[in-house]
Amino acid sequence: MESTVLTASKFGAYFGKNHVLKNINLDIYKNKITAIMGPSGCGKTTFIRCINRLHELTPGATVEGNLFLHDEDIYKMYPIILRKKAGMVFQRPNPFPSMSIYENVIAGYTLNGIKLKKQEKDELVQESLEDAALWNEVKDTLHKKGTFLSGGQQQRLCIARAIAMKPEILLLDEATSALDPISTASIEELLLELKKNYTIIIVTHNMQQAARVSDKTAFFYLGELIEYDETKNIFTNPKNPKTQNYITGRFG
Amino acid sequence: MKGQGITFRRIKDVFVKGLIILMAGCSVVPLVAILYYVFKQGIEAINWDFFTQLPKPVGEVGGGIANAIVGSLLIIFFAAAMAIPFGISIGVYLSEHGETKLAYFTRLVVDALQGIPSIVIGIVIYIWVVKPMGHFSAFSGSIALGIMMIPIIARSTEETLKLIPFSLKEASLALGVPYYKTMMKVIIPSGLSGILSGIILSIARITGETAPLLFTAFGNPFFNFDIQHPIHTMLTPMSSMPLIIFNYATSPYDDWHRLAWGTAFLLLVFVLMLNIITKIATRKWKVQF
Repeated sequence: MESTVLTASKFGAYFGKNHVLKNINLDIYKNKITAIMGPSGCGKTTFIRCINRLHELTPGATVEGNLFLHDEDIYKMYPIILRKKAGMVFQRPNPFPSMSIYENVIAGYTLNGIKLKKQEKDELVQESLEDAALWNEVKDTLHKKGTFLSGGQQQRLCIARAIAMKPEILLLDEATSALDPISTASIEELLLELKKNYTIIIVTHNMQQAARVSDKTAFFYLGELIEYDETKNIFTNPKNPKTQNYITGRFG
Repeated sequence: MKGQGITFRRIKDVFVKGLIILMAGCSVVPLVAILYYVFKQGIEAINWDFFTQLPKPVGEVGGGIANAIVGSLLIIFFAAAMAIPFGISIGVYLSEHGETKLAYFTRLVVDALQGIPSIVIGIVIYIWVVKPMGHFSAFSGSIALGIMMIPIIARSTEETLKLIPFSLKEASLALGVPYYKTMMKVIIPSGLSGILSGIILSIARITGETAPLLFTAFGNPFFNFDIQHPIHTMLTPMSSMPLIIFNYATSPYDDWHRLAWGTAFLLLVFVLMLNIITKIATRKWKVQF
């Protein structure tokens, strides 16, 4: 039994006249990790930036078709409501430099003016940092600036910040590409833990990463969805020759 | 390549390097000379009375500039209170929407404003504010100085905010934070050190301005600050340190000259301190990305 969290239906995106995503149809399932892979410029980042509507921040960026979060049309929701439900972790760690670790984790609440009691805050911070596998490393330095952490720790802090909002879906945009192999491994392990509670989409140009952590894999090429299937099928028995060429390293 | 050529080029090298150091050294001389001279002349005038007494009438020796010190602080305070919101808003606008035509025009106007001689601003404020009110006032002085502060604050805010990575704004927006809160609580706090140093530098810049105050705050030999009616106080003529220097230095009395030197010294210390505070503030609130 798989329940759908996100559905794309004839979805497309433009930068000005440039058609960067064409006719995307796919379903994202609950408590699964879905990897979106493809060579540079294939539209994978654009796709997940459309899910939380950061795409439209670029002047001239438009979309067509529909994206549904559960049954709600994402493009009929208020972006500020939607973005609380679709947490995002970016390519480069971007903790808020003016805030401490503690403040960073609950930034989604404080910045939105949601009042929490001291105890609720403490619990939320501990819980989120534990979920992000960062608690043991920072529990004594919670009130130091988040920017003093290492890159991998900063990225886990950003994950903690995203999951503190209890999003319906967690989007990771090449979240490990700026990190060293050890930090990457720890984040991948973390994702496997997190999928018990969250639905995760990762964008990656690293095929091995997609193969290691994801349940489902979508292969994008030149703005089109070429193939979408169980990860093990994609990597062992791809149906489309383009997918086969990509995973065997003939291009990309 | 001939060996001689190399030698000649090396001599030129040393010569140019020496010339640069010499020129740099020379440019420090006037600054040090001015500081030394003002310090030597001014330090004699500095005593307890200087800070606590009012100016004495002509012929009486002694007295101080208490009213001018308080006046200067008040005028600057109100100028800053008026200029900071405008300056920061313009800076935020220019950094956020810098590509639009209106922004281009705004930037042009702000730069032009920075180049307007201060005496012209004084005259304009005289006609716009002092004449309709019917009398000189500290408040009109604050307006004149505030106008001079705006371009400095605006440009330093703009330059600071431009350096803040876009990823930070994205991080905030991705949490569902509305745009205005993203600006107020994430972007501006991240640029606080730069904005703050712009504000302090703009204060340092206007502290010594005399010309605009001649037409506006005018000066006042009495202590007219009334803590219970600060607004009323601001609507009366008020003394300030640059005005004291101007009036006393052009007077024929030795004792007034002494006070003018003392005031100049105090003003110099004040401005130097503001510069040092700027340096400290920049370091203390510096945000690492």
